[in-house]
Amino acid sequence: MKTLKHIRRLLAILFFLPILLFFIDFTGLLPLFLHKLLQMQWIPALMSVQVGVVGFLLVLSLLFGRLYCSVICPLGVFQDIAAWKSRWFKKKGRRYRFDYRKPNNILRYSLLALTVIVFLLGSSAVVVWLDPYSIFGRIITQLLRPLFIWANNGFSALFIKKGIYVIYGVSQNAFVVIPFIITSVFFVIVAVMSWFRGRLYCNTVCPVGTFLGLLSKLSLFKIEIEKSSCTQCSACEKRCKSQCIDSMAMTVDETRCVSCFNCLSVCKKGGVKYAFRYGKKQEAAPVSEINSSRRTFMLTSGAVVAALATAKAETLTGKKDEILSRKPIMPPGAGHLEHFNTKCTGCQLCVSKCPMHVLKPAALEYGISGIMQPRLAFSTHVYCNQDCTICSEVCPTGALTKLTVEEKRVTQMGIARFRKHKCVVYTDEKDCGACSEHCPTQAVHMIPYKNGLTIPQVTPDLCIGCGGCESICPVRPYQAIYVEGNSVQVKAKKPKDAQKFEKKIDNFGF
Amino acid sequence: MKRRDFFKTAALAGIATLFSPKSLANVVTENELTVASSPDLVAVMGGEPEVMLIRALKELGGIQKFVKKGQKVVIKPNIGWDRTPQMAANTNPQLVGALVKQCLAAGAKQVLVFDHTCDNWQKCYEASGIEAAVKAAGGKIIPGNDESMYREADLPHGVNLKKIKVHEAILDCDVWFNVPVLKHHGGPKMSISMKNMMGIVWDRGYWHRNDLHQCIADCATFHKKPVLNIVDAYRAMKSNGPQGKSESDAVMMKSLLVSHDFVAVDTAAIKMFNQIRETNLADVRYVALAEQLKVGTQHLEKLNVKRIKL
Repeated sequence: MKTLKHIRRLLAILFFLPILLFFIDFTGLLPLFLHKLLQMQWIPALMSVQVGVVGFLLVLSLLFGRLYCSVICPLGVFQDIAAWKSRWFKKKGRRYRFDYRKPNNILRYSLLALTVIVFLLGSSAVVVWLDPYSIFGRIITQLLRPLFIWANNGFSALFIKKGIYVIYGVSQNAFVVIPFIITSVFFVIVAVMSWFRGRLYCNTVCPVGTFLGLLSKLSLFKIEIEKSSCTQCSACEKRCKSQCIDSMAMTVDETRCVSCFNCLSVCKKGGVKYAFRYGKKQEAAPVSEINSSRRTFMLTSGAVVAALATAKAETLTGKKDEILSRKPIMPPGAGHLEHFNTKCTGCQLCVSKCPMHVLKPAALEYGISGIMQPRLAFSTHVYCNQDCTICSEVCPTGALTKLTVEEKRVTQMGIARFRKHKCVVYTDEKDCGACSEHCPTQAVHMIPYKNGLTIPQVTPDLCIGCGGCESICPVRPYQAIYVEGNSVQVKAKKPKDAQKFEKKIDNFGF
Repeated sequence: MKRRDFFKTAALAGIATLFSPKSLANVVTENELTVASSPDLVAVMGGEPEVMLIRALKELGGIQKFVKKGQKVVIKPNIGWDRTPQMAANTNPQLVGALVKQCLAAGAKQVLVFDHTCDNWQKCYEASGIEAAVKAAGGKIIPGNDESMYREADLPHGVNLKKIKVHEAILDCDVWFNVPVLKHHGGPKMSISMKNMMGIVWDRGYWHRNDLHQCIADCATFHKKPVLNIVDAYRAMKSNGPQGKSESDAVMMKSLLVSHDFVAVDTAAIKMFNQIRETNLADVRYVALAEQLKVGTQHLEKLNVKRIKL
């Protein structure tokens, strides 16, 4: 029965590697269609209401159990790798030493209930934190990818000194303190749990895992122990990273089994089977343990109330210093702030794919529930290219709607605000015009001021909030022109073409 | 030669040197006139970029006069924007390609092309068509987006700028060509040869904060001057500069201006541009400021200007 395990492994690699590389890829070399693999993740598929994908995943689970967890979910595979690596640090005899543990039902069902209820109430506060795919995305984008970029930049500097121009420096854009800390904490929790206890995280914290656990009680195929051939040698139990096989009782807790098939491959007696559930009558399934429902309910409601209270307490505008207070700028295609904040799970895919490096995970700009969701953050030469639609193309959750280049050019993410009293032309009476220079729509244009000088003026209707002006304004630290985010992205007016010059020039003019 | 004639000639020569040292040769040896006096400024009109470039170079004594065998050459076009050639936001790619070819034909060891772009450099290099043109011509296009590629240089004659960080390609080459495009500019009014120098330095924000015109003039005093400023006016941007909104900002002028003199070539270009959009030379303050710093002269009438219509 080793083949099943090999197939599972192969499929897992086929899913995991492209996803991993896609998140790390900072050069834009990998094709964008790889994001299709991410649309196959449970939470993104649900968020973007992809009936086909959701249907497929349901059927998959109803047929084979939690195959999603062991094949499609990158965080799951990541944990398998951690558990696998941990073996290298263990003594020979103790390498496969998992043992049966009881599930932590209160915790897992509360977390699932909390996630569902809060989401149904219109906040993705909990989903953002717990979606396994998004946690994986954050770990790679914020912890692993920067290392690759550092290495790249080191080598490119070295090569360029030698006159070799093959690779180029890339700026680090994903680092923001609060999201970084959160991601690091999650990374440590997941890594430690999997290092010592296999799939403990999936079976205790992960709402997707818990949900699929419920579903797999109905799955067509399931792992079971054939009592007639079992010698209670516990080889299967020791290999079970879900710690769901009780070899003494000869039972398998199918809610926690992730269909990894490791147990199948170790049983020499053929006592572990991946068998058809509805074929023959078998004795009653192990005691269902959801009986603590009252306690669970109390706990859950308490947590929900707490979460709602924090969600209410947040304000979107935030305090900030008076000089530069502003609403956050959502990525193009976000539409309404509410829509965006609900749908985005902060997976950081757009952040890692943004070729302009203008997207960053938010700290508290969107409030507590929006931590880690992307926002535009301008700095010198870092702004949003008006012809680029990559973030809206790759977004797997539908938080960003796919835009065409034409649509993007008139998608108003925010509006530039000009503060004359800070402008160089006003304070120094000297020409500058950097903002207008960088404005792709000429919403910021120069008008006559005095003594032959020109000063910027903003036509709000034309402004798309790309931040070209803010990124280049030489007045620092608080620019004389900055972009205020829109809560609702509207259509900007198309800039009018200049009048054509038709006359033929025949003279030099000097 | 008679004694009297000798004095006459010497006196004339002396006076002549006051105005233009180049005309000295003409006075002393009249029969060598055509050979010795290469023009200070060549203006060509009515041809394709490559044709006009070759013609202008011929007037100036050929590319061999500027590029010697085995030299490392740098070409600095304007590649500032993620815009297509039709919009005239960047230097004409055919012109750049033709210049690369000329340099290689003259025996250059390598020809590097770069700009410190305003938009994302990879997008600019691609959209401008310059990357493709340079590669096709056998040159090498290199980035200018990283501070590590810039080294500090002194500007002893600068007023506001005493130090700048210059791209090492410029610092390390034997000769370099400044190849701007003629454009309207919302800030300093016009972008031509001196404004194009902003693309060889790293920190331009400082310029905008500290009297842009003075800084542009200061940078023109940089000791390593381009051997030639080749102003692309095949298409000029008449409005919404420096990046433009659409192709209607561009005007077909089919012209090329070439000079070693920053001030002269910018003056000529502004006068030419004045025909499509009224522009007061005095408003482009950096031209006069550069003249004060002895970078060059605005007085075209005192120069040997060659005007060629094809």
